Amino acid sequence: MIKPEKTPILSQKGQIAMPYTWWVGNAGSRFLAALRDDARIIGNSCEECGKVFVPPRKNCGYCYRELTKWVELGNEGTVIAHTVVHFSFSLHPCRTPFAYALIKLDGADVGFMHVVRDHPERLSNNVRVKAIFRDRALRIGHILDIETFEII
Amino acid sequence: MDHIAIVGVAQTGYEAKIRNKTNYDLVYEVTKGVLDDAGLSLADIDNIVTVSNDFMDGRTISSMAVGEAAGGHDKNISTVEGDGTFGAFYGAMRVLGGFNTTLVVAHSKGSEGSLKHITNAMFDPVYHRLIGIEAISASAIQANSYMDRFGLSEESFAMVSVKNHQNGFNNPYAHMPLNLTVEDVMKSARIADPLKLLDCSPVSDGAAAIIIANEEYSRRAKTRPVWIKGIAHCVEEYFLGDRDLAVAKSLRQASRKAYEMAGISRPVDSIDVVELYDAFSYMEPLWLEGLGFCEEGRGPGMLKDGITLMSGKLPVNPSGGVLSSHALLVAGLARIIEATLQLRGEAGSRQIPEAKTALAHGINGPCGQSHCVWVLSSEQ
Ligand SMILES: [Zn+2]
Repeated sequence: MIKPEKTPILSQKGQIAMPYTWWVGNAGSRFLAALRDDARIIGNSCEECGKVFVPPRKNCGYCYRELTKWVELGNEGTVIAHTVVHFSFSLHPCRTPFAYALIKLDGADVGFMHVVRDHPERLSNNVRVKAIFRDRALRIGHILDIETFEII
Repeated sequence: MDHIAIVGVAQTGYEAKIRNKTNYDLVYEVTKGVLDDAGLSLADIDNIVTVSNDFMDGRTISSMAVGEAAGGHDKNISTVEGDGTFGAFYGAMRVLGGFNTTLVVAHSKGSEGSLKHITNAMFDPVYHRLIGIEAISASAIQANSYMDRFGLSEESFAMVSVKNHQNGFNNPYAHMPLNLTVEDVMKSARIADPLKLLDCSPVSDGAAAIIIANEEYSRRAKTRPVWIKGIAHCVEEYFLGDRDLAVAKSLRQASRKAYEMAGISRPVDSIDVVELYDAFSYMEPLWLEGLGFCEEGRGPGMLKDGITLMSGKLPVNPSGGVLSSHALLVAGLARIIEATLQLRGEAGSRQIPEAKTALAHGINGPCGQSHCVWVLSSEQ
């Protein structure tokens, strides 16, 4: 039997879950290994323009040359922009409310994006924060080896 | 630049869930529509640019699934993954490169996927995606940075939402016309500070198409041609922390190039109407600054002074803008379509009287990482 034009619209459910293994490259590996082994944040700087990048990368996009100079940055820095998040989302690293912040780490020239889990209501731009690392046994060379930044 | 023109436009209505039409159906509908509008047949079209996003459509090489719906059988068909303004830019380049006509068609159905997951996936998989950032939170960081730099208020952003949702009532295609007060916006649910629910555009389903033609084919079309006088796009850094989010650097460069191409030295005096990509309320003033209509930090003042109202010297988003209808990828093409309708004098109750020069604008990437600027004119 031919179904009528006004047949209720059907839908199909589906999901795409695609496994990947992203190689993080030489610069990224040195950065993540420093988080894991030393609980230190490292960056690299351009010998031409002097800019200090974090996360470190292979080359300076401005001068278009390789970055060869490595620098140890402070684990503390200043918040330059932030948002307190109120909606929930399955990929959030913690429960809301928490904050995302761009942090100018001591010694760096660019903002480093991470989370402030506790007391987001006390956050404002220009406040000082410091990186809190997971325990050594739990650190795996991952951006969330830094568990959070904490207001100093 | 050779004389090239937009000779046809079509768009679907924008809705939260278009259940009775697939992506294929939407593309077919606007392709038929744009040919009818131009008074051309498929035989007059010698190449096609489709605009789609694989994550949005939930399939790889999503362009391949809509080529037939776009009339692409036996034709040269190419694709752009990005906002429709960028697809149209590629289409214009193809006409400048020797094709007679390009049909550009964009579609997306935000109702089918999970926008937060999709926009999370535009960020770096090692450093940023794992902290759960997506388009709304990233934009909230930009809004915070913009407010902090120039001492701007949330109320000044709320005013944009009030204006554009109100303008949406004049646009029969709009998804979400709303009668709001600043207080309504300020009291709406906090999403990611300083953004509240009514500072954010809705997620819409929809499709749109345009035909770009060379001078010869613009005479064959039945419509009044709308001439492309200046087009440019420019991109800035990928990592948000590398950028100065309070200033639209790449927009400044793109608009400068487009004005130069169009022979415009004082945009605020030369342009009659603007359709820009206001995915969030704060974007309208920030992009107005990047477009050189005012000094940095003075964008909100343009609305306070009434300049960007329908009745003002420089109406911005008389269609209701992206705040009223946001089909991703399609929304930039809709800005070009709205600008075209204004210059054809066919914008109905949202018509700006005697509009001769219009600007359309689209963005791609987080927080307007890249911008595409179009200067259009009713005069050759
Ligand atoms: Zn450099």
